[in-house]
Amino acid sequence: MDQPNRGHSTAVDVSPTRRKFYIGFINGAMGLIGVALAIPAAIYLLFPPKPRKGQDWVKTADLSKIPAGTPTEISFERTRVDGWKVTNVKATAWVVKGPYNEVVAFTPQCTHLGCAYHWDTPSRTFICPCHNSVFSIDGKVLSGPAPRPLDRYMTKIEGGRLDIGPPEPHA
Amino acid sequence: MRPIRTVIDWLEHRTGIETAVKNFLYEDIPASAGWHQIIGSMAVFFFVIQVVTGALLAFNYAPTPGEAYNSVKYIMTELTGGPLIRGLHHWGASMMLIIVVLHMIQVFIYGAYKKPREATWMVGVTLLLITLAFGLTGYLLPWDNRAYWGTVVTTQIASQAPIAGPYMLRLLGSDGSVGNVTFSRFYALHTVLLPPLTIILIGIHIYLVRKHGVAAAPDDTAPKRKFFPEQVFKDTVGVAIAFVVLFIMAVVAKVPLERLADPTDTAYIPRPEWYFLFLFQTLKFFKGPLETVGSVVLPGVAVLTLFLIPFIDRGPMIRIGKRTFAITLVLLAAIAWTGLTTAAVVTTPKNQESAEDTETPANETPEATAPAPAPEAATAAPSASPESKPPDAVSAVAPAQLAAWQRLTPQELAGAGLFKRQGCMGCHPGPGQKGIGPDLTKLPAEHRNVAWLVPHFKNPSQMVPGSVMPPVDLPDANLNELALLVLTLTPRNEQALLSAPDFATQGAMVYQKNHCDACHQIKAVGSTLGPALDGVGLRHNRAWLEKHFADPAGVTQGSIMPPYKFNPEDLDAICKYLLQLPKGA
Repeated sequence: MDQPNRGHSTAVDVSPTRRKFYIGFINGAMGLIGVALAIPAAIYLLFPPKPRKGQDWVKTADLSKIPAGTPTEISFERTRVDGWKVTNVKATAWVVKGPYNEVVAFTPQCTHLGCAYHWDTPSRTFICPCHNSVFSIDGKVLSGPAPRPLDRYMTKIEGGRLDIGPPEPHA
Repeated sequence: MRPIRTVIDWLEHRTGIETAVKNFLYEDIPASAGWHQIIGSMAVFFFVIQVVTGALLAFNYAPTPGEAYNSVKYIMTELTGGPLIRGLHHWGASMMLIIVVLHMIQVFIYGAYKKPREATWMVGVTLLLITLAFGLTGYLLPWDNRAYWGTVVTTQIASQAPIAGPYMLRLLGSDGSVGNVTFSRFYALHTVLLPPLTIILIGIHIYLVRKHGVAAAPDDTAPKRKFFPEQVFKDTVGVAIAFVVLFIMAVVAKVPLERLADPTDTAYIPRPEWYFLFLFQTLKFFKGPLETVGSVVLPGVAVLTLFLIPFIDRGPMIRIGKRTFAITLVLLAAIAWTGLTTAAVVTTPKNQESAEDTETPANETPEATAPAPAPEAATAAPSASPESKPPDAVSAVAPAQLAAWQRLTPQELAGAGLFKRQGCMGCHPGPGQKGIGPDLTKLPAEHRNVAWLVPHFKNPSQMVPGSVMPPVDLPDANLNELALLVLTLTPRNEQALLSAPDFATQGAMVYQKNHCDACHQIKAVGSTLGPALDGVGLRHNRAWLEKHFADPAGVTQGSIMPPYKFNPEDLDAICKYLLQLPKGA
């Protein structure tokens, strides 16, 4: 802004020190207003909503009806907090029961890109059809692009009944 | 600095942007320009604030009735910073209007609308009207009682316009009530149509200001000055002060969110936003056939006059000190506005209901439970107050004289309480009235069962695709009660059931909440472990009940009932309810 007066030569300009003060104030004030708007906006958009009491644990299946050693797909209803709505959604889990009634419930999505995988009885592995990720019965990655073992739901057993909770946080 | 300079030079060479910005900033302005001319820039600033905060709100807003309310509540209660953003938008709207009006007053007093600036003035008046339209349409969007009723009145006023009235109403998507269509149109106006229109008009307005130059005082012969940085500095001071005020307002003053819009609320007194109160008050002076004069003709003439001011006052610019007539006019208008607004505030009674911003649904107001028997109950027990009921008060009542609610089981009655408390009437207003939701007495047969209704309450759109009904966020037991109530509704009993007295519905809710039916029976519902409670008022009085709740075994030898310690309100409700129970058939 070396020659601001070009074309309007009649006008007078303010003294350099005043000019500096004015410009400093304009930039400072506008900058502060920008920050005062940007920070609340970022908080508003990026902070997660306050957690709502959802029903975390769902009573699902009678444990005695799940065969030991063979993964079984069970479906159940869970409440999902979806923004301002609480909805009931169908959810499924692959449940593996061991010989001593210990139970693991895998979430039904492949850890690669979220496709639904299935249990392949002949090879006794979980196979994801999208990109051929293969998981062992305990969820470990055997081959394919999956970055981590299958995710699990929290589980607890009460009176011979399997209760499924929210998914466990994965590493 | 070098690289930045290089980029700017590149941009300047390709687009000429630096020259454009310089031409804008180094515009000559008269030496007499100054603090009084900062208001226009402030108005533009407030428009920008409204655009930014409006877009942020839209990110978490569901633009359909019902859902709208839930999403605003979500913004207010669950999102960090949500109340602040809504506060900035809400108070920013009011402040923007104040600023726009002040800008207009300034231009008016100085006579800056005179030749050749008539078009600038008229575009400005249009922008004022658009600002008002923003306020009017935005008022409906939270879809609470305030929004609903305010808009009902607005659309009714529009319908009074001579000749155009019915068409206006059609255009606003209203057939006398406010529903989905009106809502969508207001939303579209507020967010789709008006903002770009405002941007275009602000552009034209500023272009015209630049074309004719800032109006100088008539005796100003001093050398001109530059817009930047001195005038921009003054503008910035104004903007910064206004922003600080707005921010404090947004933090300190809570933006109201009343309960969900309820078209059946007969007690609600609608009122418009504060800046429309003067119109609201003006209307009161015009009765009967003259009403149109106050609602349409006068405002119409006022707006037209405003537009035509540059053609009415055509003389040359004179010094502001000599514009006594203009100043008097502004003062008179200000006095009239203040008087009308004050009168409106003073004469309109406050609504009983206070803003409901919390998670818990508003309980019935204390005075609602205090008057003892409601009309129906009073006819059932003419001489009796529940406290000292003679033993034969209820037995004398023939079944035909029972109030509608007395025929309900506690579950159904608790359902009626929930129905009221959850604001279901907002969309299902009852017999003969058109609501957003279907008439509950005419549900298709396949929906008339608890197994369909309860999942529907939980997730309406899953059972009825496209349903605008918000999910009912209640425990299963309560949803069950609600479903049972819906199943008892018939066109004949609906009105009576939905207006069951508060003590009855609340008493039944206390009864249900405490699982009294695990031991007792009412209307043949519940267990027979304890005595049936039908007609308990024949056997005992209020004092006995209260004592019995506190210490059952002490009052009745061998009672296995555990003591119950209710809070005073619950105790009052359940006692009144039980004492009014009719004797079983």
